[in-house]
Amino acid sequence: MAYGAQPLIRLGQIAAGLVVLLIAGTILAVAWRAEASARLGAADWAAIRFTLWQAAWSAILSVALAIPLARALARRRFPGRSAVVTILGAPFILPVIVAVLGLLAIFGRNGLLNAGLGALGLPEVTIYGAWGVVLAHVFFNLPLATRFLLQAWLSVPSERFRLAASLGFGPAATFRIIEWPLLRATVPGAALVIFLICTTSFAVALTLGGGPSATTIELAIYQAFRFDFDLGRAALLALVQLGVTTVAGLLVLGVAVPDAMGGGLDREVAYRPARGRFLDGLMILLATVFLVTPIGALAVSGVAALPGLPAEVWWAAMRSIATALGSALLCLVLSLSIALAVVRARRGVARLLDLAGLLGIAASPLVIGTGLFILTFPWIAPSRLALPLTGLVNAIMAMPFALRALIPAVARVEADYGKLADNLGLRGGARLRILILPRLRRPIGFSAGLAAALSMGDLGVVALFADAGSATLPLQLYRLMGAYRMEAASGAALLLLGLSLCIFWVFDRGGRVDADA
Amino acid sequence: MLTLDAVEIARGAFCLRADFVIPGGALVALIGASGAGKSTLLEAIGGFVPISGGSIYWSGADITREPPDRRPVATLFQDNNLFPHLTVSANMALGLTLRRRPSAADRKQVTEMLERVGLDGLGDRKPGALSGGQRSRVALARAVLQNRPLLLLDEPFAALGPALKAEMIGLVVGLARERGKTLMMITHDPQDAHLLGDQTILIADGRAEEPADTKRLFSAPPPSLASYLGT
Repeated sequence: MAYGAQPLIRLGQIAAGLVVLLIAGTILAVAWRAEASARLGAADWAAIRFTLWQAAWSAILSVALAIPLARALARRRFPGRSAVVTILGAPFILPVIVAVLGLLAIFGRNGLLNAGLGALGLPEVTIYGAWGVVLAHVFFNLPLATRFLLQAWLSVPSERFRLAASLGFGPAATFRIIEWPLLRATVPGAALVIFLICTTSFAVALTLGGGPSATTIELAIYQAFRFDFDLGRAALLALVQLGVTTVAGLLVLGVAVPDAMGGGLDREVAYRPARGRFLDGLMILLATVFLVTPIGALAVSGVAALPGLPAEVWWAAMRSIATALGSALLCLVLSLSIALAVVRARRGVARLLDLAGLLGIAASPLVIGTGLFILTFPWIAPSRLALPLTGLVNAIMAMPFALRALIPAVARVEADYGKLADNLGLRGGARLRILILPRLRRPIGFSAGLAAALSMGDLGVVALFADAGSATLPLQLYRLMGAYRMEAASGAALLLLGLSLCIFWVFDRGGRVDADA
Repeated sequence: MLTLDAVEIARGAFCLRADFVIPGGALVALIGASGAGKSTLLEAIGGFVPISGGSIYWSGADITREPPDRRPVATLFQDNNLFPHLTVSANMALGLTLRRRPSAADRKQVTEMLERVGLDGLGDRKPGALSGGQRSRVALARAVLQNRPLLLLDEPFAALGPALKAEMIGLVVGLARERGKTLMMITHDPQDAHLLGDQTILIADGRAEEPADTKRLFSAPPPSLASYLGT
């Protein structure tokens, strides 16, 4: 594979270099701008404390609930099981703001829960505030944690469960000898990944948090920007955010991170004890209700509002689609270049290229956004950059997932057909056209769909840059919520949900049709 | 004429030496225990693994440092000889041109070759819709179309039954003789070596021996071959 590989390696180096340049460049800009400003105030310390507090609780609750849920799904077979497993994958492409509106429909002041409590004469609960933020995070990360743990459960050879049954293990012995070791190996990784994800939470805190007791660092950055236009303080907070994500990211690198994107979750373990069936069923039922009813309630209330949506919502939808398509293309070009180079380069170089592509997982969109703002606003009106930058940042955020799908696929194609291609003299463009692209249709479709759906639903960078004329659909939706036009908001949310699912489905499906084994 | 001049292929602790000449147009079988380095030798000649010492010549020209597609070599691997997403015709046409649309002359060559290997009418199928024997024929046809004088076969028919395999070797011999190709084929079955005719190279103890007359080699096998054959 050594010959003819240099141009492709260089292309990957350029792609990785661009990613590093963007992330490092924005960090430098942030550091440069932060120097001049004052020290952290009491409100900033409160934001730091709250960020860590909510991330810790979100991680603990998500994993604690995922353990019985994953166990129940692993050892029970029932009609609709594969639908439940599919639902567990949906939060990857579900826009945060859509989920928030759905949760409001259940837990909000006029939601179903409070209606029920009111009928019973009980005091009403509020979703706004610290615990509302945690609730929304659990909504998103319980499925993720469950997929992590389910993967671990299903990786236990079925012989081991059969052996346990033939040795007459009770539940306690099964737990101690089989389940405890697998939990010990998976739970820390799953919890830390969720902790890391929640430390960069912006959209949830923006919509459900706020105030002194429920402001995350990212929200504080946004407020310093939007309300005080204090770039120095925003930059300082961005540095703090960077420190938090770096520490959390290093912790994640230190533990084994389980795989949640892999397939095969349809399997079941051979171990189905008669005892505990009721509790398993109840767990699955409650989790499904928790995950499905918010979206269902939103769909019901939104469908009536769809025809009367104001024109600016449709314009925003157009902008979102264009941004999503651009983001998907950019993500693919960058990821594919890196994947092709990683497979060809020497081990050390390959590791570095791979790592550059993974930076997106720890990068905070608001930190990158702050840096980009500092770098560009003296020259260009921020609103003109809102869409390109939303596409760019989301392409980079989707790259870690794209690379996890593409690198093994490229490696397999080269292992299987590399010699044949060398023998036929397939180089450069001809190799891409005849061998690589046709063989990679599936991971390419999946990656493009993921990047498109992520940027379609993103409410992060765009909030820093956009004005009324350049708002994307999520931002428009947030504005409708802010104006208490909840009916139009649920219509727009349903539209956004439909578009996100559609755009993912079209790409993912496109990679599967007519694919030869 | 293929010349291996004091060739050494080192792979970790394993080292294979080869120093022999194969005359143009010869049909040579390579036999040896698994792990002896048969595939490694063909990969070195094909340009897929670098050699650590010596030189390889074709008709006097040094090809030691040439990339695989600039060598006078077409290789049939054990498997994955066809791209599963391309039709039979498209796979075969890749032996002639990498252009998106092959010329009329190229298409005619493909059609004729399809007939020659007994697959006329199957050009629009994809490899997945063919039997194992048919796939072998397509791969062989493609390798022949590549128009390279040296054909290397790394047990491409190992997965076929005995009758089908004998038929395929017959086809290989016929095509090679028609087009004056030089042929090297790996096998672990003495029967295949006899079917191929001519000469056999024995690979054992880190050495590829000089080609020997196949009949004579098997009637009086040296100790390493005798232990492999279990006689």
